[in-house]
Amino acid sequence: MAPQTGGNVQGVIALDPPQLTMAPSAPTVGARPASPTSEPRWVQWLLIAAAIGFLLAFLLLPLLLVFAEALRGGIGAFLAAIREPDALAAIRLTLLVTAITVPLNLVFGVAAAWLVAKHEFRGKRILVSLIDLPFAVSPVVAGLVFILIFGAHGWAWPLIDEGVQLSLPLLGQVHLQLPKIVFALPGIVLATVFVTFPFIARELMPLMEQQGSDEELAALSLGASGWQAFWRVTLPNIRWGLLYGVLLCGARAMGEFGAVSVVSGHIRGRTNTLPLHVEILYNEYAYSAAFAVATLLALSALVTLVLKTWLEWRHGESLAATHRH
Amino acid sequence: MKIEIQNLHKCFGAFAALDDINLEIRDGELLALLGPSGSGKTTLLRVIAGLEHADGGRILFGGEDASRLTVQERRVGFVFQHYALFRHMTVAENIAFGLKVRRGRERWPAARIAARVEQLLSLVQLQDLGGRYPAQLSGGQRQRVALARALAIEPRVLLLDEPFGALDAQVRRDLRGWLRQLHVQTGLTTVFVTHDQEEALELADRVAILNRGRIEQLATPAEAYDRPASPFVYSFVGAVNRLRGRRQGDRIEVGGLVLPPPCGPLPGGDSAELDVYVRPEDLRLGEGGWEAVVVDAQRSGPRLRVRARLQGGQGQEVEVELPVDAQQAHPPGSRVGLVPVRYGAFAGA
Repeated sequence: MAPQTGGNVQGVIALDPPQLTMAPSAPTVGARPASPTSEPRWVQWLLIAAAIGFLLAFLLLPLLLVFAEALRGGIGAFLAAIREPDALAAIRLTLLVTAITVPLNLVFGVAAAWLVAKHEFRGKRILVSLIDLPFAVSPVVAGLVFILIFGAHGWAWPLIDEGVQLSLPLLGQVHLQLPKIVFALPGIVLATVFVTFPFIARELMPLMEQQGSDEELAALSLGASGWQAFWRVTLPNIRWGLLYGVLLCGARAMGEFGAVSVVSGHIRGRTNTLPLHVEILYNEYAYSAAFAVATLLALSALVTLVLKTWLEWRHGESLAATHRH
Repeated sequence: MKIEIQNLHKCFGAFAALDDINLEIRDGELLALLGPSGSGKTTLLRVIAGLEHADGGRILFGGEDASRLTVQERRVGFVFQHYALFRHMTVAENIAFGLKVRRGRERWPAARIAARVEQLLSLVQLQDLGGRYPAQLSGGQRQRVALARALAIEPRVLLLDEPFGALDAQVRRDLRGWLRQLHVQTGLTTVFVTHDQEEALELADRVAILNRGRIEQLATPAEAYDRPASPFVYSFVGAVNRLRGRRQGDRIEVGGLVLPPPCGPLPGGDSAELDVYVRPEDLRLGEGGWEAVVVDAQRSGPRLRVRARLQGGQGQEVEVELPVDAQQAHPPGSRVGLVPVRYGAFAGA
């Protein structure tokens, strides 16, 4: 299913390293292991075969099937499914949500990582756990939380429905009314921001911790203001790690299904994102169309994967020493 | 720039990192802060720089109270232990940083900054490496870039945290001589932190020896070595033999030998127990001293270290430093006479 492509991307990376370390390169003859510390040849081949078989069956095959199914009705039907107005609206909405979410989480992520990595304070562990919360909480639960707060029976509903009259000292009477959140764009953005929050922060924290704050202190001692130190020293030092986090965050934002599904209301042409649109088409037995739209998500995942691999290859040393993603 | 430090206190939780520090750093001198790890020497340096706040006390820069000044306002050149070079900037950009971040009227035109960078590059003998990145330099070169970067802002004081800590022994020796020369050239008041007594004694005009957040002694290297002010200084600066002795009137009895007091009155009030400290090289072979038997000998480069057991008193062992050719003359088991030519005495523990 398309919504899982975000997960697939991570799966590929998680499987890569063991495959690399197990690759035998010894010229020795017979079943003797290459070195005293490595396994016998047949064990090596068995493990490699198992890993490759797993990769093929669970990652490559589904991806190929997505494309095959999408093109079953011919290229005309494929293009028609993508050019259909509801599909175009879903593409636009997904891009818009991603374009709002990523910059927000960029700012939040850098601020959170900077706070946690460069400062010591009470409650730091609790804050780190809170940052990790979206990883632990089911996205559906996250979506339900927003319904509970902003929905028709939620705490904040009066604020949205009627607004409140405030009398402020200088401004006089002010009418405060929130826009509609649930079943509208703000809700979808909120849910996506929540789910993708840890990606950038988590990427930057180990990197910034490892770099320490000596360079910033050096900048201050040379007369730089705190702001100059941040722009000229801190930010350039984390730029590749930041790009990496942005990439993961963007991929997840585009593919997010659970939380968005709860808050979106599935209004065709208005609150349907790409993953939701795929699901609707699929439930309506429009398989070709569903798979055609799914290829867009699959393609975005592939682009992410390529960029990510390039980043790791080209700037691996300036990314965090340990990767959890 | 003269720096005065008055009654400085600093605690980390219950641990007193700096405990009532008073220190006057003379204009243009090269001062070493010497001490074991945890003695507070780096904390003191960072408080002078303004990188950390003191809990109490004052710091005066040239008579003017600098305690409330921010690190930027203090205009100190600080060289970090691991240099903290900006890794994404070239050597030239690193050196220019302090000039480029200036704003308003203080800002120099680009040509003047470039000229200053060139001048500093030649001062630290890295003329051709301006376009390199820190990762492409050796340890010694990075050290010199860090120095040039600190000097670029024309600091009032130069502060160096373990300047040679991360370098090979050979590079250390070269850089040491070079730093001394640079100090003479610039005439800047310079303070450096080190745990290496050899480095402090060789390089500095004066040495402040720190232990547990206190200054145990402030003296020239020769004084610190020849007349240590406390048992700690004796054992931290150079090697020393500690011998248990006792007061006998205004003289000291130790290992069956009665010695006159080192200089001035005997310390320790009424305590009868005294500890006598003698350096291995301050014991000479000869008559009229302790009778001892050679236990073993260990060759260490140009020196011979001999362990010998005193025959009088409680049979304590001492270490003696002798010329290398003494090895044949005094095999293990042979008798030697040891005369202490210089020693110190402190109240017994």
